[in-house]
Amino acid sequence: MINKIVRSMDEAMSGIQDGSTVLIAGFGHVGQPIALIQGLVEQGARDLTIVSNSGGRGHTGPLARLFEQDRVRKIICSFLRASSLAGELVRVGKVELEVVPQGTLAERLRASGSGVQAFFTPTGAGTKVAEGKETREIGGRECVLEYALHGDVALIEAWRADRWGNAMYRATGRSYNPIMAAAAKLTIMQTQHLAELGELDSEAITTPGIYVNRVIHVPYGDPPPP
Amino acid sequence: MSATMATAKPLNRAAMAARAAQDLREGWYVNLGIGIPTLVADHIPSGREVIFHSENGILGMGPAPSPDQVDPWLINASSQYVSLQPGACFLHHADSFGLVRGGHLDLCVLGAYQVAENGDLANWAMTENDPAPQIGGAMDLAVGTKEVWVLMEHTTKDGRARVVHQCTYPLTGRGVVTRVYTNLAVLDVTGRGFVVIDIIPGLTIEALQARTEAKLHLP
Repeated sequence: MINKIVRSMDEAMSGIQDGSTVLIAGFGHVGQPIALIQGLVEQGARDLTIVSNSGGRGHTGPLARLFEQDRVRKIICSFLRASSLAGELVRVGKVELEVVPQGTLAERLRASGSGVQAFFTPTGAGTKVAEGKETREIGGRECVLEYALHGDVALIEAWRADRWGNAMYRATGRSYNPIMAAAAKLTIMQTQHLAELGELDSEAITTPGIYVNRVIHVPYGDPPPP
Repeated sequence: MSATMATAKPLNRAAMAARAAQDLREGWYVNLGIGIPTLVADHIPSGREVIFHSENGILGMGPAPSPDQVDPWLINASSQYVSLQPGACFLHHADSFGLVRGGHLDLCVLGAYQVAENGDLANWAMTENDPAPQIGGAMDLAVGTKEVWVLMEHTTKDGRARVVHQCTYPLTGRGVVTRVYTNLAVLDVTGRGFVVIDIIPGLTIEALQARTEAKLHLP
């Protein structure tokens, strides 16, 4: 019987290597796999490259713990606040930064999950983010070559999931979750609710279990206020 | 303030948003950037149906809910609680930006540091090597939507021009802005540069030009 549901955070986090690229889903405070990030803090892997929409806010929360413990070598994001711990570490040169337009970040993840090695996009043409990249005029527009962004690990938060790893999300908790789930070799999902196999509406399953390796039940309730 | 400004009252943020909202058309799909542009949604003339997109995956975003109606899972791109319009749907991030880049939105309204007379937009960094870059979705919106309007103060707090001949801040997009709404005027970006299509009561074109680095043209 296929059963991807694991019973402990140790089991969920096992095998994450030093030097891994870790995709952390969510947008703002919604859809973030907070328990899994905390699990990664405790698991201990170092020299990580973190891929996340933003570098977080302030100095609180499990993402900030990873930075505080000097576990992050590089962050790839679309938005970095000067007041965040990640922002401070980038400013003093302790963490490397790759800033990516948000739509390009999403498309690089989708490309990874769907076997497209690279693509040309007009986003960023003629700006700093195109510096050093191949450009080509296609369809009368200058386009920038962007490569697929592969994760070693993806940390995902679902609303409901079953033992095959089929999952659905709630409201804006969807965001990066489906595309990051498909873009990593090891996809670990925390879910608010467990469903019996067959219980999730086949029309509404957003992430098919084929992308998911491990599911852990974390019924933490509503996201924290912004 | 010079004598020419004496009788003119610059628009406040809400009035700037209301002025832009007048020009949104029935049936448009619209993305509002963070800051003053977000306020545009509060000023759509009643009876005009406009569909709002939020980059974090909502098509059909509604206004802020009353405190007892808050859904903690439903936020906009500024992490504020929002509601859904009837008919709304959710999108994952790649699809949310696919519809942006794919040219399906009629309009985005963005804030900016500078807009140049050729339509260049600068709104994500204050210096060449800004250690805290805040691109977010702006570069995708700038190249993808049919119309790009900028909503910003006409000058900086210390009086320097934001409506310029050439941007000095790092670019978000080249030649993308189609119209600028400021607290003093509305400017179209055209082949001959900025054309003044509206100006606040009591302000002369000469006084507006004095606060503008780029050359202004009349329609």
